[in-house]
Amino acid sequence: MTVPTSHVFALGAVLFAVGIAGFLGRRNLLVVFLSLELLFNAVIVTLAGAARHHANLEGSAFAVFVLFLAAVEAAVGLALLVALFRIRRSVDPDAMATLKG
Amino acid sequence: MGSSILFLLPGLPLAGSLAWGLVHLRLLERRARGEEARAPERLLGILATLAVLAPFAITVYLTAQWLGAEPGERTIEATLGSWIPARHVSIAATLRFDPLAAVLLLVVTGVGAAIHAYSIGYLHGDRAFARYFSHLNLFVAAMTLLVLAGNLPLLFVGWEGVGLCSYLLIGFWHEKEGPPAAGLKAFVVNRVGDAGFLLGIFLLAREGLPLDLAALREASGGIAGGIAAAAGLLLLAGAIGKSAQFPLQVWLPDAMAGPTPVSALIHAATMVTAGVYLVVRLDVLFLAAPQVLALVGAIGGATALVAATSALAERDLKRALAYSTISQLGLMFLGAGSGAPAAAIGHLVTHAFFKALLFLAAGSVIHALQGEQDLTRMGGLARRMRGTFLVFLAGAAALAGIPPLAGFFSKDEILAAAFRSEHAIVFGTLGLATSLLTAAYAFRLVLLVFAGEPRMARRDVHESSPLLLVPMGLLAILSLAGGLLVAPIERFLPAAPAAAHEGGMAHGLVVFLATGVAVLGVFAAAKTWRRRGAEREADLARHPAWRVAGAGWFLDVFYQRWIVRPARALAIACGVFDLFVLDGAVHGVAKGSVLAGGTLRRLQDGRVQSYAAGMAVALALLLFAAWSLLRP
Repeated sequence: MTVPTSHVFALGAVLFAVGIAGFLGRRNLLVVFLSLELLFNAVIVTLAGAARHHANLEGSAFAVFVLFLAAVEAAVGLALLVALFRIRRSVDPDAMATLKG
Repeated sequence: MGSSILFLLPGLPLAGSLAWGLVHLRLLERRARGEEARAPERLLGILATLAVLAPFAITVYLTAQWLGAEPGERTIEATLGSWIPARHVSIAATLRFDPLAAVLLLVVTGVGAAIHAYSIGYLHGDRAFARYFSHLNLFVAAMTLLVLAGNLPLLFVGWEGVGLCSYLLIGFWHEKEGPPAAGLKAFVVNRVGDAGFLLGIFLLAREGLPLDLAALREASGGIAGGIAAAAGLLLLAGAIGKSAQFPLQVWLPDAMAGPTPVSALIHAATMVTAGVYLVVRLDVLFLAAPQVLALVGAIGGATALVAATSALAERDLKRALAYSTISQLGLMFLGAGSGAPAAAIGHLVTHAFFKALLFLAAGSVIHALQGEQDLTRMGGLARRMRGTFLVFLAGAAALAGIPPLAGFFSKDEILAAAFRSEHAIVFGTLGLATSLLTAAYAFRLVLLVFAGEPRMARRDVHESSPLLLVPMGLLAILSLAGGLLVAPIERFLPAAPAAAHEGGMAHGLVVFLATGVAVLGVFAAAKTWRRRGAEREADLARHPAWRVAGAGWFLDVFYQRWIVRPARALAIACGVFDLFVLDGAVHGVAKGSVLAGGTLRRLQDGRVQSYAAGMAVALALLLFAAWSLLRP
């Protein structure tokens, strides 16, 4: 039996919602970062579902691009995170509000 | 010798003015350092006098060269180059030396040199000695430029220059309260007339008429009557302001707050006659508008009579002389308005001699009495100040028109012209009545100052130094014998192209009448003020008519109430509007911006997650909007 496309989109939406909630709500930068990965994956799932639905490769090609971007983002983001932790000795995103107006 | 020697005429006094100005600044610097610095008075004064005497010598030389020349050849022109090269109006910096300019220059530099010499003694010991001579030289430079200017805009430069010097010198003693206010008043009242003058120049330029004085004279015959009348009226406004004629005469009596030599040079002999000069210079323009010419005569005659009554009732010696100057300038306007510009210039010259003399003699008296100017606190000075008495008497007799003194000849010419004019009855009567009053007030001054019993507080009065007496002596000789100059001057000037009204009253009868009223005036004065002058003054002061005349016919009060006070109220209203409405709006915008910024800055809390929340919400809203709009 095949999974209906609506289920794939629903999974993407749930993943995206969880990701948003984690990204906006968590108090640990590492978890915030993980939530960002969830957001990427939500998008990838949706793109893959759409590609299958239309039976062409455009969606899959975009999914690969996003995967590739997510890898780059993870490398840069983790490096920044480590550098920030060395300066601040903290992973609380609110502790980094030096640009407060 | 080229014509460029003309540039020396205003150039020498201008150079002197700059030099004395620098000397004064240097002195101020040294005083600021605590040194006791004085100007080298003798040297500076003599050099300043020479800076005026040299132009006098040049003028004499140039004039003497003309004696054999034809009248048509009597013009020297020098151009410094293009001054205002506009597309439609091109104005060159041209100086033109012609007979009229020559006569005026001889007076300006000749009388000016005598007054410079007198000032050396009068200003002795004044801490602003150098500044005084700087201003006085600058005045001579500006007046020379005014007289030599070949076109109206350049004339206006000189016109404003003498006005500026008048302002500076009236307010010369600026530490006191009165002089600066008087200077400002003179300046502001003159502005009213000068606005008219400037508009007149603009009108001529707009109509495509030449601004060059000689070219304008030639073109004036062909000007449409309306344009000529409008331009004449506007230029007349300037002349009225500068020459202190009704209704702008109020500044001249107050101008007496300046040093007395300044009153003699600027406010009697030269600057105030610039208006007469302007009217005479443009006589052809005024002839093209006969109504305006009649107005010139009417204003002059009325001013002459009204000011003469004020001179009769004024108790301040210098102010009485100022009213007398206004009155005599009125007579000159009367002459010009009667179509006899040469007679007006003749009287201008003799008036410069005897009025400058009277002021200098008055200065000598005031100097001897330590600044006393009230006529009722003088008297009996004839014996103590014999030299001053004699020259004052000569000046007063010349002013009164006693034959054969200077004033008699020139005033006679004006009266004859008035009786020849179209409005013979009005102009002639005004002229004769003024002559009667002139003789009376001239001898009232002589009697109150020099005759009777001494009424001053201090009795140790001494004659002034020879430095003051010598220039007065020279002017006294000119006042006595200046009448001989009147006829040559009138022949020397180019004849007015007016169709002179022949006939009218016989010249002999005019002479008889003029002499008669002059003698009558002197007798009336003698009868009134010869004995117990102060008591007579006190009696007269109770009479309402006397008080009206003495207060200058309350014109000052009228201006104060109807012009100065509303203007001040308007200024205050504008100030309030500016301070609260305009500034309020500007400050309101600024305050609003600060307030808005203070509120909005709270959004920038520096937390990445709240920014991301904002982006998420905005994205959601955008998506919702796109979905609801694109929904089929």
